[in-house]
Amino acid sequence: MSPLASFAAGIASGTIRVVDLTHTLDPDFPVIILPPEFGQCARFRMEEISAYDHRGPAWKWHNISMSEHTGTHFDAPSHWISGRDVPNGSVDEIDPAAFVGPVCVIDCSDGAAQDDDFELTVDGITAWEQEYGRIPTAAWVLMRTDWSKRRGAAYLNMREDGPHSPGPTPDAIRFLIEQRDIRGFGTETVGTDAGQGSHYTPPYPAHYYLHGAGKYGLQCLNALDELPATGAVLVAAPLKIKNGTGSPLRVLALVEDT
Amino acid sequence: MTTPLQPPPKKDPQKRSTAPTRPPEMRSRAAMHLTAAAAEGRFALQCCLECGAVQYPPRDACSSCLSTDFEWRDMPPGGTLLAETTVHASPRLFYRERMPWRAGTVQLDAGPTVLAHIHEDIAAHGRVRIEARLDQAGQGVLLALPETPTPHQEDAPLMRALSADPKHRRILITDARSPHTPALAKALQDAGAAMIFAGEPESWRPYPGRAALDALGVEVLPMDVTDTASVQKLAGEIGGKTDILINTAQMLRPGGVLERGDTAFARDEIEVNYLGLMRLAQAFGPGMCARVSDGVNSAAAWVNLLSVSAMTNAQPFGVHSASQAGAYSLSQSLRAEFRPSGLRVMNLFFGPTEADDWYQPLPPPKVTTNALARAVVDGLQRGLEDVWCGDIAQDIRERFRRDPKVLEREMTMGGDGP
Repeated sequence: MSPLASFAAGIASGTIRVVDLTHTLDPDFPVIILPPEFGQCARFRMEEISAYDHRGPAWKWHNISMSEHTGTHFDAPSHWISGRDVPNGSVDEIDPAAFVGPVCVIDCSDGAAQDDDFELTVDGITAWEQEYGRIPTAAWVLMRTDWSKRRGAAYLNMREDGPHSPGPTPDAIRFLIEQRDIRGFGTETVGTDAGQGSHYTPPYPAHYYLHGAGKYGLQCLNALDELPATGAVLVAAPLKIKNGTGSPLRVLALVEDT
Repeated sequence: MTTPLQPPPKKDPQKRSTAPTRPPEMRSRAAMHLTAAAAEGRFALQCCLECGAVQYPPRDACSSCLSTDFEWRDMPPGGTLLAETTVHASPRLFYRERMPWRAGTVQLDAGPTVLAHIHEDIAAHGRVRIEARLDQAGQGVLLALPETPTPHQEDAPLMRALSADPKHRRILITDARSPHTPALAKALQDAGAAMIFAGEPESWRPYPGRAALDALGVEVLPMDVTDTASVQKLAGEIGGKTDILINTAQMLRPGGVLERGDTAFARDEIEVNYLGLMRLAQAFGPGMCARVSDGVNSAAAWVNLLSVSAMTNAQPFGVHSASQAGAYSLSQSLRAEFRPSGLRVMNLFFGPTEADDWYQPLPPPKVTTNALARAVVDGLQRGLEDVWCGDIAQDIRERFRRDPKVLEREMTMGGDGP
């Protein structure tokens, strides 16, 4: 059997499961909040065009609106100032082969349960590698925190000094890029950076280093607890938006039952 | 004294709700000036500029000297009840449903004799205080009140018909996050509101006013005026018991067209300030219109809080002003559309407020949340259509009345160069 035929057979038989890592696009799903002087991320909105009525008797459809960075979404290199000159840095220019690839999941859920500001460090990454092996080149690395199970105000966890949610340290993200040449980094929180990420040097290090190096981001991922530490394949194809800096998308993981 | 109004019993679910009926609406163009003054709570009559006669009813020419030059002047409210009748039969449904109805003539201290609705606490030939009110057809009528207020005078059926009193009514404040909502809820509770709901957008984001609303016992329910489905959902839940709706949702950013450089905040302002009002009206309007004659806690009024920049563009909030002008125009459409039901639309125009962060760089005078809340309650109790809250709003109203073009020119100065 050819690889694709055996892949299709695996899906059909259920030995390869398709796991949905996407939150529902819901008007009430949190988006990142910036100081009010700055431009803001549009929430997801849906307006009825017709619903089998006088506006269109046999059909129902909606107009939708949102930001490129609303809901479960993909960040392209051109999203950040460090990636503004990266070749093929917008979602419409990225080689579609980059949208399918292996994925490593670093489980930080215990730490995040103890500490809202839990940091993924270089030590944390190397400890994971001792157990599961070296992160392969061009892999997605996802930081599992079980943050996707939080609802309402607990998700952004906004306080008077800003949001509090886990994320990687500047050194950890540089390690993943420079030593492991990852494809991209993903989180269950509203951004690839920690809630307090503006206080690192540089501010928002995940955005700064990832996109400057032409790597990608995934955020607001759901249900990372359903993935194995290694061995799954991620399918994460953003919409083909001209000069788009990101896109809401359906993120799927293919998981082989062993 | 008037018999105090009791909280209404729960509705009999087997009884059909009473459909709204209205007093007659037609007036001469001359008489519309009485309505225009009543809309702001002023009692004004037609004064001849030739001979100085004050005349009533309003006419196209002076009944003393035939001059056609008039000015409408505010009148002292004092008078004496001359003659009265109590109507026990009428072909008009509105009055048939409310009989007996007391009406009479009042000799004004200012001269003319006027026809007025007479409060039940006024003795024969007693002294009265005249107020101009809007009736349920939205037209100005004269109301004779006891010279000194009597206990519970506001509870008389006549007074309920000529006001949108929050007492015993259930009120929806559309945006719990507005800095004005807690003070507004408190003032409405003090005025006897039976229940206060507040719509809360984005419960995933904390805000300082929430604790105050919880302490007041306000029912906070999810709704975002930019999310059609959420507005429809809340209307589905509480639309049938929303007697007064007060729209506090407001998106405000500084900047004119060139300073903004893009249309993002302008779109947000239109989404909240203009389309938000439209979504609310489409979801809550029909149900409220159907309940205008629904007993003590009938639907009574729709209240919009508008920046006075709706009347004339105000820098440095030029783009926001445009959204307010749009909302103001939409409120006029709502007036026309609500008219057949008798549901009132009250616009409260305010100048810069103390509570809104974006007005922080502006000098005083500014409107406090308490002043704004008091103005809303007072406007409802008097059944007003237009309320001008604070010095700046009143100043703009006065200058707009004198000459809108002069006002516009003054508000759009370029500044002299060096």
